[in-house]
Amino acid sequence: MAAADEASRPFAGLSDVSISEDIPVEGDISVPMGSSRRDDEFSTLDEPVKETILRDLRAVGNKFIHVLYPKRSSALLRDWDLWGPLLLCVTLALLLQGGSADSDDQGGPQFAEVFVIIWFGSIIITLNSKLLGGTISFFQSLCVLGYCIMPLTVAMAVCRIVLVGGSGPVSFGVRLVVVTASFGWSTFASTAFLADSQPANRKALVVYPVFLFYFVIGWMVLTFSPAQ
Amino acid sequence: AAGNMSAGSGSRNTNTEPWGSFDDNLIQGGGSAVIDMENMDDTSGSSFEDMGEMHQRMKEEEEVAAEAAATEDDNTDDGEFLGMKGIKGQLGRQVADEVWQAGKRQASRAFNLYANIDILRPYFDVEPVQVRSRLIESMIPVRMINFPQKIAGELYGPLMLVFTLVAILLHGMKTSGTVIREGTLMGTAIGTCFGYWLGVSSFIYFLAYLVNAQITMLQTLSLLGYGLFGHCVVLLVTYNIHFHFLFYVLWLLLGGLSTLRMVRTTFPISPSFPLLSCDLTVCVCVCVCVSGGGPAVSNSRSHSSAAPLWDSVAAPHALPALPALRLPQDRRRSDMTSLPVVMSLNRHLLSESHFLFVVSGLLDSLEGPNMAPMQRVARDVPELTLNATLRIQGALLRAR
Repeated sequence: MAAADEASRPFAGLSDVSISEDIPVEGDISVPMGSSRRDDEFSTLDEPVKETILRDLRAVGNKFIHVLYPKRSSALLRDWDLWGPLLLCVTLALLLQGGSADSDDQGGPQFAEVFVIIWFGSIIITLNSKLLGGTISFFQSLCVLGYCIMPLTVAMAVCRIVLVGGSGPVSFGVRLVVVTASFGWSTFASTAFLADSQPANRKALVVYPVFLFYFVIGWMVLTFSPAQ
Repeated sequence: AAGNMSAGSGSRNTNTEPWGSFDDNLIQGGGSAVIDMENMDDTSGSSFEDMGEMHQRMKEEEEVAAEAAATEDDNTDDGEFLGMKGIKGQLGRQVADEVWQAGKRQASRAFNLYANIDILRPYFDVEPVQVRSRLIESMIPVRMINFPQKIAGELYGPLMLVFTLVAILLHGMKTSGTVIREGTLMGTAIGTCFGYWLGVSSFIYFLAYLVNAQITMLQTLSLLGYGLFGHCVVLLVTYNIHFHFLFYVLWLLLGGLSTLRMVRTTFPISPSFPLLSCDLTVCVCVCVCVSGGGPAVSNSRSHSSAAPLWDSVAAPHALPALPALRLPQDRRRSDMTSLPVVMSLNRHLLSESHFLFVVSGLLDSLEGPNMAPMQRVARDVPELTLNATLRIQGALLRAR
């Protein structure tokens, strides 16, 4: 029995090496799974809904401010989210709807057109910048491109207001200036984030599709004329 | 290992070590990562597999124990409230964690398999200088005899040009107020451009495969894509400056140049004089054909004022071809290399006429009610009846 015991306890011989038996050693040798620690950080399931929504809204608003003043910060990149781009895309598409149409079926496709252009275009630009050797991730890039549509959305709102007053050459001139300014702003803001992640000599290759993308959107904004 | 564990379980009750034994934690598996040291020396198989197997067994035992504990907890009365909730919460989280890990593993495996864009990475390895030089080269019809490998296979430039063309077509269609009944403006533009690019370059690749010209799919995609540069420029200029004559001249000039370049690089021809003239001849005839064929493939409408313009532009192009046209008849039977040229031009004829169909349709809408649309007439261009092959082309056009 004793022999079996000793054979079955491989380190039996060590028991009398270090600790004297009248000092009880307490504790748990097992390595904790770490889930108890994770409990405190990620258990946002129990907080009130209002707090969750407000936190997300605050993050979105923070990113809007970063787009308005595009300094080289990584806030937009670090915590990417796609709420802002979705909001902007839907707003822009709704504002672009109801243009002058001879038939009723132009209203529907216009919303879909804007959606497809924005998302498909963003995906293509992202893939392109990744293939050219960019260090930015897929969703980060989508996030940046989506948020930088904001100046164009603002321009669209301004254009709509201007068009209420009339659609003569003066209004066209005003709209042209506004759209050109916001297009330049969008392109500048997004390249401030995207081009940094590229090797220096290839910045032009990344900037061109971004330029084309915002140019197409800006063109759609500029040529919008309301239904009579 | 099993023997060890049972012995360990046997010795659990009689454990005298204050720090417990290794075997205890192995059996209970209460979140323990301690591994039985003995198995490390097991050389019967791959020790890695053994470790993996043991890890798996540990996890399973843990799950089983957790489930047993859960059912046990469910059955018992609620004892200490917080303690119960703690165990349940922990259990739920562990199970959810397992499910999440398994799902993530599956998803990342599928993603790495199917969405691996790294395959395309070498084709985007270009510098801006290279792109610019290739754009300019696409307008210069040089003859690349020696190495078909010299044709650069790159996808960035063609892709950007296709998108630029889409944007220009969209702009043109919106400006001219084109109404697409079934489908959207966007879908039509994207479908046309991508379909042209991918479809025609596949067709060129197929033809090249038939006549055993050593050119890869990538090279045809690249060639055709860069060839669109001429068309882009033409469309951009003429959508903003509405001047018919300007359009036709520019289109023939730039379109013809890029067509020539595509032909010359796809099917290199040996530098002998008769073949050279045959080459030149057939290229010119293509331009004539296409300009003659353009109105032929548009919808049937009444005669337009632009038709005489076609003739006046096409005729001077055809005149230098007259004396050289006799040569292909003599050489045709003996020389097999004229065949690929003719085939390629056949293909180019189709592609150019298809493209022209789209463009002329757009032009018509651009004009609005002022211009009477073009007439569907099988145009009899007399210079072309000399060559039997070209007659077939005419028949093709008429059939369209």
